[in-house]
Order: sequence, then structure tokens, then C-alpha cells
Amino acid sequence: MQPTSHAFPLNARAELGNETLQRALGLARTGFPLRRQQAIERLPEFEALREEGRAIKDHTLANLDLYLEVYERNVTETGGQVHWARTAEEARAAVLEICRSVGAKTVTKGKSMVAEEIALNDYLEANGITPIETDLGEYIIQLRHEPPSHIIAPAIHLMKEQVAETFRAAHAELDPTRALDEPRTLCDEARTVLRPRFLDADVGITGANFLVAETGSSIIVTNEGNGDLTQTLPRVHIVITSIEKVVPTLEDAATLLRLLARSATGQEFSSYTTVSTGPRRPGDLDGPEQYHVVLLDNGRTGLLGGEFQDMLRCLRCSACLNHCPVYAAVGGHAYGWVYPGPMGAVLTPALVGVGEAGHLPNASTFCGKCESVCPVKIPLPKMMRHWRERQFAERLAPPVYRSGLRLWAALAQRPRFYHAFTEIAGRVLGWAGKSRGRYRALPFAAGWTQMRDMAAPEGRSFHSLWAERQRRGRRG
Amino acid sequence: MTARDDILAGIRRALNRGPVPADTKAAVAQRIAAHRRNLVPARAAALNHAGRVDLFVRMAEEVQTTVVRVASEAEVPGEVARYLAAENLPAELVMAPDAALDLIPWEARPLLQIRRGRAGPGDAVSLTPCLAAVAETGTLMLVSGPDTPTTLNFLPDTQIVVMRAGQVVAAYEDGWDLLRALPAMPRTINFITGPSRTGDIEQRIQLGAHGPRRLHVVLIEDAERAAEHAPAAA
Repeated sequence: MQPTSHAFPLNARAELGNETLQRALGLARTGFPLRRQQAIERLPEFEALREEGRAIKDHTLANLDLYLEVYERNVTETGGQVHWARTAEEARAAVLEICRSVGAKTVTKGKSMVAEEIALNDYLEANGITPIETDLGEYIIQLRHEPPSHIIAPAIHLMKEQVAETFRAAHAELDPTRALDEPRTLCDEARTVLRPRFLDADVGITGANFLVAETGSSIIVTNEGNGDLTQTLPRVHIVITSIEKVVPTLEDAATLLRLLARSATGQEFSSYTTVSTGPRRPGDLDGPEQYHVVLLDNGRTGLLGGEFQDMLRCLRCSACLNHCPVYAAVGGHAYGWVYPGPMGAVLTPALVGVGEAGHLPNASTFCGKCESVCPVKIPLPKMMRHWRERQFAERLAPPVYRSGLRLWAALAQRPRFYHAFTEIAGRVLGWAGKSRGRYRALPFAAGWTQMRDMAAPEGRSFHSLWAERQRRGRRG
Repeated sequence: MTARDDILAGIRRALNRGPVPADTKAAVAQRIAAHRRNLVPARAAALNHAGRVDLFVRMAEEVQTTVVRVASEAEVPGEVARYLAAENLPAELVMAPDAALDLIPWEARPLLQIRRGRAGPGDAVSLTPCLAAVAETGTLMLVSGPDTPTTLNFLPDTQIVVMRAGQVVAAYEDGWDLLRALPAMPRTINFITGPSRTGDIEQRIQLGAHGPRRLHVVLIEDAERAAEHAPAAA
């Protein structure tokens, strides 16, 4: 999809006033964090597993070339085929070519963020192939022509009434008077409608949570079972994934799997964890005849070896979104591309450019919750700061903002001026605002006072109180 | 330059390495060959076998798998028939053509209609064996093969898994060991933890999104524990 991240401030303002969205986000705010907390309290080793998870990913990234070579060799040895793609365009072309080679008309899809990243659905459709999303949330947003608003719960921004409306419009062949009041009936309707689609599809496309170098396997983690029907029933299984998903061994995958579901939904383990290796074996009664892996780079090598390398550890669990006060206030669409929340604020500028997505690393309170819940301890706030620095260095921020920052830096780096300035400013503001006790507006700070009043300073500054306290402490 | 060479060269450039030293390559090969276990939680690893079986049952029930423990193979057909009747399901099922299931005296329940093979769109109930059951999270481990088609695990509304208590292992890593003992890596390994579910609409969990709505385990006790069970009613 075309990113609209440059419009974050406008998007965010609109979303804050969207009542339905705010109701939906209200449901999300408590659910995921609470269940995650309960799950990790039951596993005393969780913290130690986070350290191991981080070490596994760091080791793999430091040897990414070698592990990818081993991975590819083992995919080939088990009868599969790896298609390398430098860009989104190459990845889309690879998928299309495979689909065309078997004369595919319809393609079922399990949820894949990489497929969203390369806007695969639009491309297939434009080339005469019908993609059908089968994850319930993805199916709903596909019908609504919306992007996902969350990386594991794509329709989290919707209430059931909106889903019912969508289904009535899309499933016109069904009785228009049927009841669609409950999630249960909506879920059953999607199941019924999608079942024949699973059976008829020529190609099934899934993502991958992990790739295992040792065995040449791809692993998906789902709850619905749609990914499994997608990859078992059609003649061809295509895995669309990216280079940083590889881990050395099945044991390493097990460690990361222990972190993933608990961090994501707070489950001990997702309903279905599926390891796929090659096409069906001789004598097998089902399974695909062809197994393809489209391995995407799309800017990831650019993160290796630099200040953003840690981002490549990301498991796409969504814990950082689920605990982010900014995400909780504005939802995922405001971020304007496929990856929202703190992980999106770091990844999006890397993949679509800081010029387009420079607002995202600024949309943070720096509360640090994202880093504290990340299963592989990605220093998200630090990396958002790196983006801000780059934005400043590349002169991407507006001139007023830049000169303001420069002024501030000049002041903050000279303590004597700083103390003198704040002392005087404090006194002036305190004196002038004495009668009302607060300011509705201040020169040069309209952006700040627009949303709240500034309290008039009372008495002395913190610095002078602190200095006095230190002096008294020494005496006592 | 092909995309492959370009990406690998880009990675090497980013990692600041020229030609890869032989010992780095050897270290990577060695790490894979050793496939050393990382930290395995004590939850199941610290228990004896009976404790692990109990933990498996408890964890499985927590995620809405139903479990019935029987004393021997002889009791399995009766339990399957009872379960189907209790759930108001027809006495008809598609069963994995696996030799392990031949040991069960199905002829004792002639009313049970059994077809052997893969599942099709019309099949409401499937019955399968499993490779192992992981106590840690109440997870079943099933592998694909000529005798154990994967469609049985996903197409029917109800899946029944018949297993022996001896198949319960502590952790996923024990499952990997069993896998490596097989003649070849199967096409598909399914770790199944409860029936299919979704929370995609208003975060309210619904069972049976696309896969089975019901997952029922018939667990045959080890000989030494079988005596604890009262004989099942005929």
C-alpha cells in the first residue's frame, strides 16, 4: 500500500474523534496486557528465556549470510525452492510467476505481514488472480478494502456491528433477514463462506514466523487453523517471508516459540504451531505438490551492522503495540502503513524512508513500556531517538522546530546561562501569572498551550532548592 | 548479479566481512549439528512420568481440549461411541490408516462406521494417533505421512486423538528428538494446543474458527496405572 505516514498528525487527530474506534480500542487496551502478565507470571523462566531469545537472534544476525545459505540448501534438498527477492517488486513477480506456472485462478492466504508489506493482494488482482484472505480478521478488512490496524489482530479497530454490516453487503446470496448480532454467528458465517474457497484454491500462500536453517523448514503460528487449510489443500504452497526470520535449529525455534504466544496473546502456546518442510512426500495422501519460499530483503540488509540492527530481532508478537499509550489512543491506521505502534515507528522509516515516516518516531511518550515488554529486548525508544537524530541531521524537520532545538541545545549546554535564564523566566512568569495561577497561551508555545494550560511557576526553581539542600546536607 | 548473490553480498558488506573464514563456517555448521538445547522450563522437566501425564491433561483441559483416560485399548471403541453420542454426533468417522490404531478392537462396536483415509469436505469427525504429547502446554504433536494425512487435523468439525500415556513427553525438545529418530523429516508437523479459535471480533474468543470446534483425547493409561481405573461400564 502507498504509505500515508507523513499525515500522521492529521490521521491521529481524526482517530481521536472516532467514537467507534475509541470503543474498539477500549476493549483492546486491557485484554492483551492482562493476559500477557498472567502468562508470564506462570513461567518463572520467562526473563531468562528473553535473554536466550535475544542471544539466538543476535547470533543468527551476526552470521545471517551463512545461515541463509544452509537454510536454502536444506529447502532444496527436501524438494522445495527458494526465490530470493531484493525488493517488493521482485517478490510480487516471483509469486505471480509461480501462480501463472500452474494456471492459478484463486489463491487462499494465511495472514502475512510481509504480504501486506509488498501489497501482494492488489498486485495479484491486477493480474487476474483472486486472492482470498482466510484469517477472520484479514477476511473482514479485505472485504472492507482496509489495511490491517494491528499486526496480529488486523480488525481490532472494528466493532461487531461493523463486521455484520460488511458481511451483509459481501454475502448478498444469504438470507438478508438472518441474525448477525453476535461474534459467534459472524464467525460461523465466515467459516461457512470460506470453506469452499479453501477447497477450490489453486495456490495457498502463508507467511512464516520462523525459518529453520537446520531442516529447511518454515514455521507458522496461528489459532484459527486457516493457515493449515491454506497450505494443505491447494497443489502449491508459497511461503512469503523475509531474510531475518531464519534461526539455526529446531531447539532455537522452540525457545522463541515459548516467548511468542505469551508475549502476543498471553496464551501458553497458540492453538496451531506448524512446521513445514518441502512438498508432500511419496505416498502422502494430502499436502501440496510444490513448496516455494519467496525470501524478501526489501531494505533489511540496510539495517544490519548499524544502529537499527536490533530491530531485526523482532518476532512480530505485537506486545509493544499492546502496551503503547500512543497506539492505544489512535489505533493502527493513523500510522499510515502496515507496521504500527513502536515497532512500526522504528521499522517504517527504515523501509519507506524517514522523509515519509519521520512523524512516527516522534509519536512517542518515551515511557519505555515497549522495550520492557519486548520478548527479545529490542531497545525501541533508543532507536526512535536515532531516527529523530537522523531527521535533524538530514534537515527533514520544519525550520521552526530545528531552530528551536538548536536554541535549546545552545542553552542546555551552558549551565550558567541556563540557570540564569530559567531563574529570570520563572520569576517573570510567576509574577505575571500570579493572579490567575495559570496561562492559557504563551508566546512561541502555542502548540503546547493549545491543549492545556501552563501553571504559573511558584516560588523558586528546583535547581536553587536542590543546591540549598546540598549545602545544608553538608553542614548537617 | 542474481538477487541471491546481491542479497548475500549486501549482508557480508553490512557485517563487514570479506571472504568468510573457515572456522566461522565450521562454527555455524557445528552449532547446527549439535542442536544443543537451550533453557527448558522446569514446569514439566522436573516431574516424573506420572506427573507429566497429569500435567499434560491439566494443561490440555485448560485450552478446552477434553480428555478421557481409559485403562486399555479395549475401552477405546466404547469411549469413542460414548463421546459421539454425548456430543450428539453421528457414529461415523474417518480414521487415519495407521497401523497403531489397528490394535484397537473396533469390531466391538459394529455400529461405529469407520472409513480409513484422508479427510474430505463431508467428514464431520476424524480419529488420529499422535507422535507425542507435550506436557508443558498440553500440546499434541502430530506428523504427516502416508498413514497420517494432515487433512484429518483440520477439515472435520471434531477431532479425536487416541494416544498412550507413554507418549507424553516433557517439552517440545523431546518432540524434536523423536522427530530426528524418524527415517525422514515429515512434510508437516502439527503442534495442536486445543481446538481452533479466534478472538478477531471484539477480542471475544470463539472456538472453531476454521479448524475443529472440538478436540477430544482418549488417553490409554500405562499398564501400572491402569489398575487405578474402575472398569468402564459396558
